[in-house]
Amino acid sequence: MNMTILETDRREFLKTTAKGSVALILGFYLPVRGSGQDIADSRIFRPNAWIRITRDNQITVLTEIPEMGQGPRTVDTMMLAEELEADWATIRVEQAPVIPETYQNLHTGGSGGTASAWNYMRKVGAQAREMLLTAAAQKWGVDKKGCRAENSTVVHVPSRRRVSYGKLVEVASALPAPKPEDVPLKSPKDYKLIGKPMPRVDVPSKTDGSATFGIDVRVPGMLFAVVARCPHFGGKPQSFDASGAKAVPGVRAVFPIAPLGFLPKLERNINVLGGVAVVADSTWAAMQGRKALKIAWDKGPHADEQTKTLRKQMQEAASGAPTFIAVNQGDAIQALKGNVRKVEAFYELPFQAHATMEPMNTTMHVREDGIEVWSPAQNGAKLQEEIALLSGLPAKQVTVHMTLCGGSFGRRYQWDFPAEAWQVAQKMKQPVQLLWTREDDMQHDFYRQYSYHRMSGCLDAQGSIVAWSHRVASTPIRTVFDAAEQLKDPKHVASQELGNADVLPYIAFNFRLDYAPVHCAVPRAWWRSVESSFNAFAMECFIDELAHAAGHDPYEFRMNLLREDRKLPWVMWPDNPPLETRRFRAVLQMAAEKSGWGRPLPAGHGRGIACCCSFRSYLAHVAEVSVEKDGTVHVLRIVSAVDCGTAVNPDGVRAMAESAINYALTPVLNGEITIKDGAVEQSNFDGYQVLRMNDAPDVKVHIMPGTGEPGGMGETGVPPLAPAVANAIFAATGKRIRRLPIDPASLAATPPLPS
Amino acid sequence: MTNIAITVNEESHRIDVAPDTPLLWVLRDTLGLTGTKYGCGMGLCGACTVHLDGEARRSCQTPVGSIGAKKITTIEGLSPDRSHPVQRAWIAEQVPQCGYCQSGQIMHAAAFLAKTPHPTRVQIDEAMTGNICRCATYQRIRRAIQRASGQNAQ
Repeated sequence: MNMTILETDRREFLKTTAKGSVALILGFYLPVRGSGQDIADSRIFRPNAWIRITRDNQITVLTEIPEMGQGPRTVDTMMLAEELEADWATIRVEQAPVIPETYQNLHTGGSGGTASAWNYMRKVGAQAREMLLTAAAQKWGVDKKGCRAENSTVVHVPSRRRVSYGKLVEVASALPAPKPEDVPLKSPKDYKLIGKPMPRVDVPSKTDGSATFGIDVRVPGMLFAVVARCPHFGGKPQSFDASGAKAVPGVRAVFPIAPLGFLPKLERNINVLGGVAVVADSTWAAMQGRKALKIAWDKGPHADEQTKTLRKQMQEAASGAPTFIAVNQGDAIQALKGNVRKVEAFYELPFQAHATMEPMNTTMHVREDGIEVWSPAQNGAKLQEEIALLSGLPAKQVTVHMTLCGGSFGRRYQWDFPAEAWQVAQKMKQPVQLLWTREDDMQHDFYRQYSYHRMSGCLDAQGSIVAWSHRVASTPIRTVFDAAEQLKDPKHVASQELGNADVLPYIAFNFRLDYAPVHCAVPRAWWRSVESSFNAFAMECFIDELAHAAGHDPYEFRMNLLREDRKLPWVMWPDNPPLETRRFRAVLQMAAEKSGWGRPLPAGHGRGIACCCSFRSYLAHVAEVSVEKDGTVHVLRIVSAVDCGTAVNPDGVRAMAESAINYALTPVLNGEITIKDGAVEQSNFDGYQVLRMNDAPDVKVHIMPGTGEPGGMGETGVPPLAPAVANAIFAATGKRIRRLPIDPASLAATPPLPS
Repeated sequence: MTNIAITVNEESHRIDVAPDTPLLWVLRDTLGLTGTKYGCGMGLCGACTVHLDGEARRSCQTPVGSIGAKKITTIEGLSPDRSHPVQRAWIAEQVPQCGYCQSGQIMHAAAFLAKTPHPTRVQIDEAMTGNICRCATYQRIRRAIQRASGQNAQ
């Protein structure tokens, strides 16, 4: 699912992705011979850093992107095996080691995983294939043109001779590797794997308990630790009494750890909170020790922050002067003054937690000669750099093992938990696993921004949009991480708040988008689909409101305003491929047709539609809901249409869409993080209520045939979900949902007035 | 500390821990059986589900001293070779994404199906609602349970 934006600059990342093959391939190739013991061993054919073939015909593929559930180990291997013409059944997949000079893709963000591997994984597979073809031709003394690769063998077509890749290992190992630009890639019509639903390579180990997540790392002599952190953001321990904790059997050490803020060499605030560490022989003993600590907290300067006051600030920011005007086409403000058919609406979306099932953790062993790290991280290379910077060791002396991640949704891109593990481990000189309890994880997350939207629009007599004005107010992400100097630029502050609101696919004669930040101490960062998750809600609900005001069917209204084929460049991220109204329209149409849009429904039921282009893919959802008399909402089914370019593994695409739809239902139905006294009020799954089976709708995903570079799928299903449901509720009840999560009381049928 | 005898996956162990230690941490930290997961520590998410004499139990809420002679089965002991019908159905329906909660899901589903071999959709939803999956593989879990019970998945 490859979620969230890169840590420093999404634009930079997208540039890399767009030029993927060139940028990545250049630095990629390990010398084929002459260095390293594997290379000297002619019993292993190692054409490049991603493939090893042994004489028993065993193929090992190294994939880089962290496996967080989104399936890169399978998808990347499919792309490589397609070009290698490998027998799928003989392939073993390994996580590539953290050697950033060789492996430049040890991270994922912006739903860019599949796209970032699309060129080089196919190229390295093709490179190996060409070498094996040359080896077979040499072995037989025939022309290479008569040889064909298939199913881990080379066939000489004229003589029908066949040899397995394993038998070509020695000969192929002696060959020079062709340049990646010289190896041909297959035509899509010849694909055998790409585009076929393939079972995931990691699924079997995830059904018998053998899959190893970060929390499952076991090292001889290891200890277990938890940290007590101040619940109030910006607070710290004033004093503490460790005697009770030290009396707990199994507790080995109790000590304070310092907060860590801006690291100049890393050019970012790593946001380590500091606190009191308790280290013990077992996780349970560490937890009991922490419970026995007596800590007097200094609540710090933000202890008066409350959701209520934040909300007021949001409302003020939504109506006051903007700090940044992103789009000003025509004069929307003037047009809004003149027109009679004016529609205005405010939308509000609170903080959300990532709440990955595996809470944050990292295991670390600080030795004299180096540091070894096991971490469920979303960016292995940056983690190595961070620990090297903190410890003062050269990066080469920091060995990082990227474990499976028990979900991420953006959370594991953060710097805080590995740095904290380093603080604890360097004190102990023994391997230590630092575990965040569920409460730690929920109260010290980096939450999805709180946002507030003022939407104004007006229509002419024909139902065309004369003006569209969108004010985004939010608690911006960048201020959590960046240097004060960078934050002087209002555009930079707004840079991860306006995505998706900066292009209006629907024809509007005047269009304005502007921004006002609200500052607060609650940490925020990239949450599955980032700002698209709230901007698409405001936009796709508002277009529905305009359709209603115009007296049109919401689907027909959209299609009419999308009638022209246009390519619309993004304002905030101009390097992203432009939004194509043709593709936007096509998924809307498919979702409408497949859902039976327009067919009658029982009373109390309603259908709603919404669409969004994000992370280079297009998704439209139709939601069907029923609303009970007391206002209880049931989301019954979601019909989804996907255009993600080449769907490398269609079953994986389907799984990501299903996951995103369900994930996005939590903020719609129940999920909300609220603040009191500068601290998060929710601490576990009782307070933060995530979607469970009984509320999971039927989901049907339709994938449009597509070609070219694969679009993102990890996050793309999230943005259109909430507006589709809200619009369906309007269709069922005539009542608008403008704040999430839904308040059922606002939907309850009002009793008839006494006569 | 007390010396406690427990039987896990048909193997007997004697362990030296306080009797109020949750079974979850005995499995993970003392016995190294890490297939059983920590999710919430409050019995709210189901990631730590194991069987006690075939009944689904939240191991984070089960003091090890309370188990006595009851036989404990963890995900590692459900079958020697992923051949349990629920495991086979999970693979066939390609349920797991991140996979972290799936040990608990599978253990809960296996105990449920043992008692309710032909569940309705409503029964499945009710039975599985205590197990959270943040990748939200719920639709596939539903199908896999139907498959494991011999019903045609829809």
